[in-house]
Amino acid sequence: MRKARKWDMWVLISIGLLGAYILFMLYPMIKLLINSVRDENTGALTLRYFQRFFDKDHGYAYTLINSFKVSIAATAVTLLIGVPMAYLYSMYEVRGRNFLMVMIVLCSMSAPFLGAYSWVLLLGRAGAITKLIKAWFGVRLPSIYGFGGILLALSTKLFPLVFMYVNGALKNVDNSLLEASSNMGCKGIKRFFKVVIPLCMPSILAAGLMVFMRSLADFGTPRMIGEGYMTFPVVIYQQYVGEVGTNYNFAAAIAVIAVVITAVIFLLQKWSSNRFAFTMNALHPIERRKAGKVGNFFIHLFLYGMVVISYAPQLFLVYYSFHNVSRTGNIIKKGYSFMNYQTVWPDLGPAIWNTFRICGGALIIIIIMAMLISYLVVRRRNLVNNVIDTMSMIPYIIPGAVIGIAMIMGFNSGSLVLTGTAWIMVVAMCIRRMPYTVRSSVAVLQQIPITVEEAAASLGASKFKTFWKITIPMMINGVAAGAIMTWVTLITELSSSVMLYSYKTITLNLLVYVLVVGGTDARACAASTILTLFTIITLVIYMKVAKNKEISM
Amino acid sequence: MNVEIKINHALKKYGENVIIPDLSVDIKPGEFFTLLGPSGCGKTTLLRMIAGFNSIEGGDFYFGDRRINDLDPSKRNIGMVFQNYAIFPHLTVKKNVAFGLQNRKLPKDKIETQTEKFLNMMKIKEYQDRLPDRLSGGQQQRVALARALAIEPDVLLMDEPLSNLDAKLRVEMREVIKEIQNELGITTVYVTHDQEEAMAVSDRIAVMSAGVIQQIGTPKMLYQRPANLFVSTFIGRTNVLEKKLVRSGNGLAVDFGGYQVPMNNLSGEAVEGQTVQASVRPEEFVITDKGDVGVEGKVEFSTFLGLNTHYLVRLASGERVEIIQESRIDDILEKGSTVRMTVKGEKINIFTQDGSKSLIA
Repeated sequence: MRKARKWDMWVLISIGLLGAYILFMLYPMIKLLINSVRDENTGALTLRYFQRFFDKDHGYAYTLINSFKVSIAATAVTLLIGVPMAYLYSMYEVRGRNFLMVMIVLCSMSAPFLGAYSWVLLLGRAGAITKLIKAWFGVRLPSIYGFGGILLALSTKLFPLVFMYVNGALKNVDNSLLEASSNMGCKGIKRFFKVVIPLCMPSILAAGLMVFMRSLADFGTPRMIGEGYMTFPVVIYQQYVGEVGTNYNFAAAIAVIAVVITAVIFLLQKWSSNRFAFTMNALHPIERRKAGKVGNFFIHLFLYGMVVISYAPQLFLVYYSFHNVSRTGNIIKKGYSFMNYQTVWPDLGPAIWNTFRICGGALIIIIIMAMLISYLVVRRRNLVNNVIDTMSMIPYIIPGAVIGIAMIMGFNSGSLVLTGTAWIMVVAMCIRRMPYTVRSSVAVLQQIPITVEEAAASLGASKFKTFWKITIPMMINGVAAGAIMTWVTLITELSSSVMLYSYKTITLNLLVYVLVVGGTDARACAASTILTLFTIITLVIYMKVAKNKEISM
Repeated sequence: MNVEIKINHALKKYGENVIIPDLSVDIKPGEFFTLLGPSGCGKTTLLRMIAGFNSIEGGDFYFGDRRINDLDPSKRNIGMVFQNYAIFPHLTVKKNVAFGLQNRKLPKDKIETQTEKFLNMMKIKEYQDRLPDRLSGGQQQRVALARALAIEPDVLLMDEPLSNLDAKLRVEMREVIKEIQNELGITTVYVTHDQEEAMAVSDRIAVMSAGVIQQIGTPKMLYQRPANLFVSTFIGRTNVLEKKLVRSGNGLAVDFGGYQVPMNNLSGEAVEGQTVQASVRPEEFVITDKGDVGVEGKVEFSTFLGLNTHYLVRLASGERVEIIQESRIDDILEKGSTVRMTVKGEKINIFTQDGSKSLIA
């Protein structure tokens, strides 16, 4: 029996998953590493590219510093906005709570570069508000481009993450803790800093890391609004696409540096959050109070104000999409119509199909693999499965641009050529999004007592039947909720896809990007409106599927 | 049905940690057999070895003459009832009960009648189309039992099935379990840490401690003639007093500080002058009014519980004992009052000084 058990279905699945990760993740990453220390012409071992990056006068180290500056600033700003928002939202009665929650989630769901792009359309050189203010007051607004613009775009997009994390943590704070602290004379703002913040610290740290990592790896925002303010994902892209001459090996070297840095930050965060780790479970959730008249006004102003500030620019894109434009697409004319939609329709159709085909395919693979991996990790702990677990988590700390370039290096030659196909995008998406879905699947499975599966076995069900008929149906609700959120990140994926797409595999999000870069604003807005529609529909489906109204990210 | 379970020299290890060193037991066909012991004694581990959910590091397990060591759990034909019920939450009550039958690939009408039979037997027919989370704990337990029994297993295994129920329901359900088991005559292995529950349902009980069976016997035997000091203290309440054996007439007696209780049922190993552990249950002391017979003590505490009254009495030798007497109509003995007690010699148990062995023949 020992032997028979060693070779059951799950062992084959373990081997299959391990093989897939070695081929599609480890191999490209190793190739990336090799290319980073290999001379482009002679193939000899060299540290030239790393030297070049850190060169005092002509190097690119400053882009790293830029990235850090922007990411730290964005983390600080989102925490300053998100934590008080979550606190007020949890402590006080707010009109339209559910609507507000949905809007906050929507703010975070747009494609990363679209936020930046909409700010450019509003406050850029030829932006709508810029022009208005100039016409009315004759004042020239300060430039939106560069550090300030990136910070604005990142903060308005990422504060919902902090809000959701901290709101989740506050849900686990027992009301009696707050009452106890009031009893001992610690109230109001003092209690906020002395009790509430420390109680939410693990979530605040986790949210902070999330924001930091996303800011650091973001390619779309600095590309749209950064202009001269270069961050390293943009450099990787430029070295690859070659606006100023390409160099794959140099791009590889930058990618390696980026991974090392994110890995260090990740480990630091792990270390610090372990020190803060504790578990809470609220028997009595916080009772929301009604604030006084003035307080109430400012609470609503703050909460709704933030939503308006971060979502209004996107609505502006929708409005803009109906403007009549000149034939080239970049001069606005009087009147409104669907003409932009008509113009982009020939491109839109295939792009929508590609979105469903590529993102949908990736989603299905992600769900299946995540369920299998989580089963192996939770129910069948052994060395091989631990390795699979670790491998599936590695992409969590790898910026999308790095995955993109690794994919190209792994699969543009040799026996398995995938560049230009839809598969390479599917693979990149799977790798990138797997960590999140695996984590949520593991959490779901850990809630299911193993005795349920044992009961099935004792009733004569085979291993396959037990998994198929019992485990999957019990997991599916929890996993589906996470999967729908994953779908949103897939259809708005840019940083890796932008290096991997071809004219045959262009998705809706990439189409918007291409139109934006091409300068045909109104048409880009039309395409982006369709994309926004998709995210809203997804969110509606999510709220139907997830039985409770809570949205987790 | 009616299968004998035979376990020879079972060994269970987790790494280097030995949970069950060497355990053998025969469970008779149709018997209601209970594994009883404190938590961590290995009783659930043993049950899960029988079920096939735990690996077996050594020894042989037989159902009848079929060796099951290497048999997958799904092929052992066991019905298992879990502590947390382990009901499939996404299936209706009826589908839960039918699940095992469907795995047998039986014809549809056979599944239908069999499911019906057990739904009726467990009185859950009216809930058959509900999802389990709409049922109370007792109802869920009935579903779990119906599901386990519907496949007509050779062996029914139950892992603390009543521990999640409230006290009243626990008593009700244990009667249901006992009744059904009697009716079907199915060999049953039952795990619990609750000795009262074990006594109420079992034909025989194995008392376990540290992976070793201390004694196997009927409830009456375990209570009245425990094999060692552990069993005597684990089953029911008792007062353990270190005493000496003295000569009394032709035989030996236990010396309670001047008051000697003659023992005519001691084994050959008992010798004069030997230090022993006397286990005297609270009801085996009798408070007496007769002047100078018995052992003297002072009442320190009394609790009136209706049928009985409990006293804590400090003996002259300094030991404190618990005594249970049927409540009397006159006043309860006051705190501080002096009493004399005799001991029912034929009921008490005598163990060697280390408690490992009974000295009763």
